[in-house]
Amino acid sequence: MDDLYREVIIEHYKNPDHRGRLDPHDISFEDENPLCGDHIRIDLRVDEDGKITDVAFDGHGCAISQSSADLLLDSVLGKTVDEVKKLTKADVLDLLGIELGPVRLKCALLPLKILKAGVYGLGEASDSLVEDE
Amino acid sequence: MSEMYKVENKLGAIRADFPILSREVRPGVPLIYMDSAATSQKPEAVIEAMNRYYRWTNANIHRGVHALAEEATAMYESARERIARFIGAGKAREVVFTRNTTESINLVAYTWARKFLSKGDLIVLSEMEHHSNLVPWQILAAEKELRLEFIHVTDEGEFDQESYQGLLEQHPKLVSITHVSNVLGTINPVKEMIVQAHTVGARVLIDGAQSVPHMPVNVKELDADFLAFSAHKMLGPTGIGALWAREETLEAMPPFLGGGEMIKRVYLRTFTPNEIPHKFEAGTPAIAEAMGFGAAIDYLNEIGMDTVAAYESDLVKYGMEALGQVKGLRILGPAADRRCALMAFTMEGAHPHDVAQILDMDGIAVRAGHHCAMPLHDRYNIPASTRASLYLYNTRAEIDQLVISLGKVNKLFN
Ligand SMILES: Cc1ncc(COP(=O)(O)O)c(C=O)c1O
Repeated sequence: MDDLYREVIIEHYKNPDHRGRLDPHDISFEDENPLCGDHIRIDLRVDEDGKITDVAFDGHGCAISQSSADLLLDSVLGKTVDEVKKLTKADVLDLLGIELGPVRLKCALLPLKILKAGVYGLGEASDSLVEDE
Repeated sequence: MSEMYKVENKLGAIRADFPILSREVRPGVPLIYMDSAATSQKPEAVIEAMNRYYRWTNANIHRGVHALAEEATAMYESARERIARFIGAGKAREVVFTRNTTESINLVAYTWARKFLSKGDLIVLSEMEHHSNLVPWQILAAEKELRLEFIHVTDEGEFDQESYQGLLEQHPKLVSITHVSNVLGTINPVKEMIVQAHTVGARVLIDGAQSVPHMPVNVKELDADFLAFSAHKMLGPTGIGALWAREETLEAMPPFLGGGEMIKRVYLRTFTPNEIPHKFEAGTPAIAEAMGFGAAIDYLNEIGMDTVAAYESDLVKYGMEALGQVKGLRILGPAADRRCALMAFTMEGAHPHDVAQILDMDGIAVRAGHHCAMPLHDRYNIPASTRASLYLYNTRAEIDQLVISLGKVNKLFN
């Protein structure tokens, strides 16, 4: 439990690498977690080969959701859209390096949910995007 | 001062009455429960009353002549009588058992308001209402084309009385407001506001979810028209609450849910409703919970609501001062002398969810989020807050630990 606020999480929360907005962008999606009011918007630029060349996130929320967004975007930079579609809950937890209870898991997975809804071009984000098969 | 002494004297005994308070959250980490505004803990007497019912009396009520049914019915109705007396109601039949505050408010919306309000009529609510005193009216307003207006809340966390006066000039049919805010802690001057509402012919519903558990509330003195409250916030069980209204008002209201118990006579195509309060209690009610509710009332009576209020007022004064020392912490709502024993706050650089999580590491249970009052958080332009809500079993020592643990939050985030 004490590990929850590992240094890397606090660091990415306080000094995120990818906070901001991209204008113009190729993909943009936002959503919130109604439970805690966490709100995140993710913008992406994608080149003609489907590779992600620029990333940014904006919004507000707890250290878990915000650092998860920053770490996740860091990890998808240079990846293709198809690779992003394959990302799972386990990938996010690996990035964060922590174990989470059901409530905080929602915070951690919000960025992935938004990212996947964006690359799939969905109208609405759904929890099924981040559930294990 | 002597009230303070009375409770402090009994305090050790009070804490021992609540089995859960002696548990550890994790090995070596005792529970510090500061989430009583969400639901209070239950004393042994309440748990035992429900147990006893299931072990000794269990039977359905109002429909049997056997010994158990008679006993269960008498106990159920005795709980109603004690609740009525507790809130100063003239008659037990003025107390309707519901599931909770939410259902009590919905009952008024779906029966009284649906019958007596019509297109264009105005209902006055406020910006500090719990969702349960907003959404039922939104649903009804959409159905019947009613108007909803809202008393503004000042920066200090109190009703803007000027905006209230302005709304009264528009002759509302109903004013439905909370007695005590579950976020700001504000004790609203509802008595004066009821007088003013009555002068323009409006009825008044008081959401007593956060007041009835913590201070003496007397419906006659208040002269309210409806009072809604929940057992689980006042040491009683979940699943039961109450609605109080005057006999004449209840008589004039159509029934709520249809089914057994709420009828006098049923034909294939019609029915005649039962007398009040049974008219509003369709189906088998929460019988064991009524026993628990009654036991909670007895317990609070034993201590005395004046004593509870005095103790909590002292505790919140101490708490406000203590939290005031924490760097970057901002408490929502008014000064200690105008509030109940709950403190919602924000902390610079730390999200409420993270604050709550870090407190939890030290066994401190607080709530983070919007506390079912999203519009109020919008009003103050904050997405969420952390809330420590206290009751008669909390101590100054627990507040001291809260302050220490909040220091850890600052160390981590600032
Ligand atoms: C002011 C207020 N009103 C209404 C409610 C709803 O109570 P319940 O959930 O018991 O229906 C609450 C409890 O959260 C409250 O604090």
